[in-house]
Amino acid sequence: MAKVPVQFTLNGSENAEFIESGTTLLNALRDKIGDTSPKGGCHQGTCGACSVIIDGELKLSCLTLAETCNGADIKTTAGLAEGGVLHPLQRAFLDAFATQCGFCTPGMIMAAKVLLDRTPNPSREDVVDALSGNICRCTGYEPIIQAVLVAARANSRTAA
Amino acid sequence: MSLALQTFSSVKDANTALQAPGTRYLGGGTLVVRAANEGDVSTSSLVRVTDSGFSQIAVAGGKVRLGASVTMAAIASHPELAALTPAARAIGGPAIRNMATVGGNLFAPAPYGDFAVALLALDATVVTEDGETPIEAFLAGRDTSRAIVTAVGFALPKTESFRFLKVSRVKPKGVSVLSIAALLQLAADGTVVSARIALGCMADRPIRAAAAEKALLGCKLTPREIAPALAAAGEGIAPITDPIASAWYRAEVLPVHLGRLLSN
Repeated sequence: MAKVPVQFTLNGSENAEFIESGTTLLNALRDKIGDTSPKGGCHQGTCGACSVIIDGELKLSCLTLAETCNGADIKTTAGLAEGGVLHPLQRAFLDAFATQCGFCTPGMIMAAKVLLDRTPNPSREDVVDALSGNICRCTGYEPIIQAVLVAARANSRTAA
Repeated sequence: MSLALQTFSSVKDANTALQAPGTRYLGGGTLVVRAANEGDVSTSSLVRVTDSGFSQIAVAGGKVRLGASVTMAAIASHPELAALTPAARAIGGPAIRNMATVGGNLFAPAPYGDFAVALLALDATVVTEDGETPIEAFLAGRDTSRAIVTAVGFALPKTESFRFLKVSRVKPKGVSVLSIAALLQLAADGTVVSARIALGCMADRPIRAAAAEKALLGCKLTPREIAPALAAAGEGIAPITDPIASAWYRAEVLPVHLGRLLSN
């Protein structure tokens, strides 16, 4: 299989790789670049564990071919912490016991980040809607919803 | 997975490449990449077009033209397409709506393809390089269609005349038990002057409820007057059976949900 060049920004750093044509972004991130924060759950677009942010929009990396991301700005949960300090969403997930096995967490956090970037003070309904494409099999959804609401409040305090 | 992606700037070149065996068109990836991930080896090559017109929404003179690559999220957030927001938001979760396209939805097998149900009720036309095809004819022939869909067009409905309902077991995001779209024109006294009703999950692709449409003409939308239409809703249906619901169940609940949609 012919290899094709792919170049994109990942969490602020330029990346250039040769990949096999037809490789999903999920496999390119995990196997070529070594960012294992997006998880491969269902590979069917159902679970949301592979969610990443591409050019500001939440997308599923398991259904996105890497070569369609040339020139894109991609963000994953691995790029959220700054200088060892966790992002407010990560902090809130820990504090609210919103992670158990942790498999769904990076996808949940990406979905929540897009929400808070656009809607800094979301309602509970907004949070439920934003997380509706992400499945958790451990904690149940209540601590996750609470964590996002707590992070939103922390954000608005910082902004004030 | 062994897939080769070919990217073209023109539809003509992409159409030529699409004629090769084992080749499918790549829209948002929610159908074809999903199939490949599931182990479908019948596709070895994907074709896509980067023409910016594919992503454009044009609303003018009461007419809407949606490029084939327009996403469900783009429709749901468009200020002039409020009538279509419920149908666009019925598709998947936020990430899927950022990826799933109008063109792809035309090919989505039941229980998917809820937006195509809306387009069928709206009597949309499907645009390819070969010209324009009424959506009903397009859906009937979609299995053998080899021309790339470039856009769909339809008359913009008034919000009050277009109704859409998706029934799913999980909310807010769940796979369809069924979906119904209805374009109703009412006279000043509330009598139905014209009705076009489309059903999802009542066959392997969206179909019209022709008998119910006919039975609604001249009726007011009261429980007593719509009863004959509800009784006729099941004519010609062949619902799917899947892990969400059996064909029997879908057929049983169709009149109930159609009644709710019409009574609202």
